[in-house]
Amino acid sequence: MAEDVWILGIHMTKFGKHPDKDTVDLAAEAALGALRDGGVTIHDIGVLAAGNLMNANAGIGQQLQKQIGQTGIPVYNVVNACATGATALRTVIMAVKAGEADMGLAVGVEKLAGAGLLAGGTRKEDGDTWTPSGRYGAVAPVDGRIGTETMPGVFAQVGMQYIHEHAYAGEPFELFARISEKNHAHSTLNPLAAYTKRFTLEEIMNDVMIAYPNTRPMCSANCDGAAAAVVVSGAKLKTLSLEQRRRAVKVSASVLTSDPWQEGCQVLPDVNTLTRRAAEQAYEQAGVGPEDLSLVELHDCFATAELVHYDNLKLCEPGGAADFFLSGATWRDGSTPVNVSGGLQSKGHPIAATGIANVWEICHHLRGEAGDRQIEGANVGLAHVIGLGSACGVHILEKAAA
Amino acid sequence: MAQVPLVDYLVLGDDPHLVAKACTSCGARFFDRRNACAACGSDAGFDEVPVAREGVLRSFTIVSMAAPGIPVPFVAGVVDCDGTSVRANIVNVEPTPEHVRLGMKVRLTTFPIGTDSAGTEAVGFGFEPMEEG
Repeated sequence: MAEDVWILGIHMTKFGKHPDKDTVDLAAEAALGALRDGGVTIHDIGVLAAGNLMNANAGIGQQLQKQIGQTGIPVYNVVNACATGATALRTVIMAVKAGEADMGLAVGVEKLAGAGLLAGGTRKEDGDTWTPSGRYGAVAPVDGRIGTETMPGVFAQVGMQYIHEHAYAGEPFELFARISEKNHAHSTLNPLAAYTKRFTLEEIMNDVMIAYPNTRPMCSANCDGAAAAVVVSGAKLKTLSLEQRRRAVKVSASVLTSDPWQEGCQVLPDVNTLTRRAAEQAYEQAGVGPEDLSLVELHDCFATAELVHYDNLKLCEPGGAADFFLSGATWRDGSTPVNVSGGLQSKGHPIAATGIANVWEICHHLRGEAGDRQIEGANVGLAHVIGLGSACGVHILEKAAA
Repeated sequence: MAQVPLVDYLVLGDDPHLVAKACTSCGARFFDRRNACAACGSDAGFDEVPVAREGVLRSFTIVSMAAPGIPVPFVAGVVDCDGTSVRANIVNVEPTPEHVRLGMKVRLTTFPIGTDSAGTEAVGFGFEPMEEG
């Protein structure tokens, strides 16, 4: 069994519109980029895990092999909603930790540019006669009749529930819009982000309302993109060059959780409990605390989600997420910079790529290679994703000692 | 006119109310058909229990963009009915943040959603504010 595992190479494509590239092109670009970044080839890889949510039955792993090298290694095609990329990475990390391979490749890719509402975007017509069907014995489609199935609406309720539970006295709409203002401001320094336009608070609040309090710029941006990472065991890394060892990033914690039953989780997904558990396990594994983090990339699929995860990841006092944010702590010059990449709201959210792209962002800073948006002296970072259903991935990464 | 509830956990009649399936082992409540209990894992079965008709609005959103055919804007929310969380639309209220308040008291109400080719009327439910906001 490997004592420790490292990210040897990692790459993300530009997020945005890639009309002339298909899913496999994007996956290949990310995979070849990660191999090159790690100074290795496909022949060094002993295990591959790959994810592509929207076309999950296509077998993206084998499709990718046919473009970059059919070496006969085991392939795991994984699906875990918005945590698909983190799940691919976690799968490879488990294989390397278990000693089944000393090097592995994780890839996530999605083509989503131009997509509208991914859930609740269509509803079946009512039937000719009312006939009960399904586990609720519904005689007609219930979206819009019994709440909403749209993600902006679901996550709006996640944020508003936090506001209610912690009796925030201010104006919730403005609070959430300010979170989006931060992430869009951060994106102006990220050349790989899908959108790099800074918005004023007024522009955000006056934009098209999708599901109160989420306006359009407060929602994650559907776009195309891919990301890939090469994972290596500590023992194998010792045999590699000084340059490879210097740029390697230590995976101090790798955790995946699902949601434990909670009262209410059947009517509104509970994105909190599984994130809290993942964070607790990750801090324990890594032997670090939230106060040690130089930066955090968390799953801001909507502005309303970012707020609750400050609390879930224990970046703030319990119940204190609003005050924590309003103190400026999560801006890039604050005490705990959050989503300096621009987050899902501006960098974009090509679903299966997201859980590796946020690790790429952390690695970039830990290596001191983040250019204009470098967080100076970054030595520990946390990457978090959540997929409804639910699955939560948390990775804590540390700069190489050498 | 013959009536049918939109979902099988809505009971119509003189005193319309929601019913949940409560696990006989741990009491966890569910609105859909379950094979065993997601809370405790017991497959001992479920008892049908009535859900309180009044509750407190614990969270909401005002949906402005939805699938074609769904009238917007509408208010979707979570109502705490004496310890049982219920997903529902909040109705008979203006769908604006000024009129929908977290923590406000609401009560169950039912209304027709349409009549099918056999002349049967489907009845849906929502929660309405108990006091003028």
